[in-house]
Amino acid sequence: MRYALYTGCAAKGACPELFQSTMLVTKRLGIEVVEMLNAACCGAGVITEADPDLALAINARTFAQAEALGLDIMTICGTCQGVMGMANHRLKTEEGLLDRINGLLAPEGIRYNGRVEVKHLLWIIVGDIGLDTLRGHVTRPLENLRIAPFYGCYILRPSKYLGFDDPENPVSLEKLISALSAHPVDYEGRTKCCGFPLVLEKEPIAIGMVGANLKEAKEELADALVTPCPLCHMNLDIYQGRAEKKIGEKLALPIFHLPQLIGLAMGFQAKELGLSRHLVPTQSVVEKIQLKV
Amino acid sequence: MRVTFHIQKYNPEKDPKPHEEPYRIDVGHGSTVLEALMRLKNEADGTLTFRYACRSAICGSCAMEINGTEKLACKTQVRPELERHGEIRIGPLKNLPLIKDLVVAMDPFWEKIHSIRPWLEPLSHEQVDPARMRDAFTAFNNVEACILCGACVAACTVYEVEKSFAGPAALAKAWRFAADPREAAVPERLRRLQGDGGIWDCTRCNYCVEVCPKDVKPMEAIILLRRASLQSGLTQTMGSRHLTSFVDIISHEGRLNEGLMPMKVIGFRFKDFLRILPLGIRMFLKGKVPFPFKVKPAIPGMKQVRAIFAARAQAKREKP
Repeated sequence: MRYALYTGCAAKGACPELFQSTMLVTKRLGIEVVEMLNAACCGAGVITEADPDLALAINARTFAQAEALGLDIMTICGTCQGVMGMANHRLKTEEGLLDRINGLLAPEGIRYNGRVEVKHLLWIIVGDIGLDTLRGHVTRPLENLRIAPFYGCYILRPSKYLGFDDPENPVSLEKLISALSAHPVDYEGRTKCCGFPLVLEKEPIAIGMVGANLKEAKEELADALVTPCPLCHMNLDIYQGRAEKKIGEKLALPIFHLPQLIGLAMGFQAKELGLSRHLVPTQSVVEKIQLKV
Repeated sequence: MRVTFHIQKYNPEKDPKPHEEPYRIDVGHGSTVLEALMRLKNEADGTLTFRYACRSAICGSCAMEINGTEKLACKTQVRPELERHGEIRIGPLKNLPLIKDLVVAMDPFWEKIHSIRPWLEPLSHEQVDPARMRDAFTAFNNVEACILCGACVAACTVYEVEKSFAGPAALAKAWRFAADPREAAVPERLRRLQGDGGIWDCTRCNYCVEVCPKDVKPMEAIILLRRASLQSGLTQTMGSRHLTSFVDIISHEGRLNEGLMPMKVIGFRFKDFLRILPLGIRMFLKGKVPFPFKVKPAIPGMKQVRAIFAARAQAKREKP
């Protein structure tokens, strides 16, 4: 199994631990990845606000690169998945759109023919590799852990462009958590917004969302939370302290990137997975599964 | 088919808080949730309280939470819902004050709608551009289909934590008037939406788009309002700076520069700089702040990305 790996900006910027843990986990699972070093930012839904055609063209360039490699794209960021999945779907289905966008790529001799699929690591593991195979790689079952799944918006909505999980009742993260022998926590916030897009300009709203979602997860006795989106990770981890002040309650809920949690169950060391880069300490979880940071 | 409905009940005169009650009912093929509720009220529990009128997804009265998602009871069939979720759980819309059982007070919803001045401030007949009239309906982007049911407001993740937010329904309505070629007060309308509670408070979670029973896509309307604001020179809010800074960084470096981005958004707002500084330092110590001023910050192949920006700028000049 071979994929063109689209890291997105966060895994190469503020969340290097996501990149690090992805490389370990994909290798262990036998997924060969070719990193798309030339790919530009997907636009995170922001560029499209200013200029939809520009955002589509930048993504079409990325798709064309994967097409030239003869590979489908693997994303490791829920936001990239949502934005690129939607762009790809529109380019493939809307009449005349692909030609118009290819017109913008033509001066550089680039052309996208609509033959690439974009899939998140979560979908590749649950849908293609299969949970039985994943179970076969678990050497340190996360048996006594209660893990809250946090999907993030763009991997679920708008569902007509995504179509992996049912947006009303997604199950892929829960299944994956169970496959690692941990217990998935059920709480309303699992499909809600982390607030990240507002955190610079409207911090009270953004940390209000962090507080509300994490409080629910804590009330369901979560030991930790896992998310397939590094932007959710940033908001839930970095701003957790401020959210605690806002709601007047201690949360101290460790936040894991998806491949970090998988990596723990595969027996990788905390340091290899970059757990020490988090702002909210992860020791409590690591101790629960008998490891040392 | 015998189905158990788990319905949230609440009588403010008797109950300390809402609770769920099970009702067993025979449901016919193709029966909607609303039809089932009406039968339950007639045959099992006369106190069961819910709103409805048209039964045809036109009046917007029967929006409620069905299996955790905001839906019109009259437009939702029992059987597919049961197949999708394995159960039927019904509650009132969230984010609005509960009155009784499945009925919420819509007053905060109407206040938001009124706040955007939902009426035309018309140009004179001679001032209206006939060319724009031809495309007027397309420009609305389907917001005129809104039946004011409140589903989007109940699903809004910002409104949930910040009640000063105008919310998706009102902002979609705002676009309906801002996009109208007969409207005289577009600049004033856009200006009024720049402050707290306005268009820059949307986090783009897509919930409103997902739940809307009429495909109004309120979030898209908010994005259209943002774009129109930028085009009319309203570029000084932090929300608009987020957008322009993001595009600017990608046009130079191809990838987001997470060290530079906060500085560009915040600009010379000293108070906000002090607000983000402590977290910035903690992130730096954890190796989470990429150095913002690299000598060669651009991705390999940046020439192609610049060419796309240039081609797009050219296309916009030719066909604005």
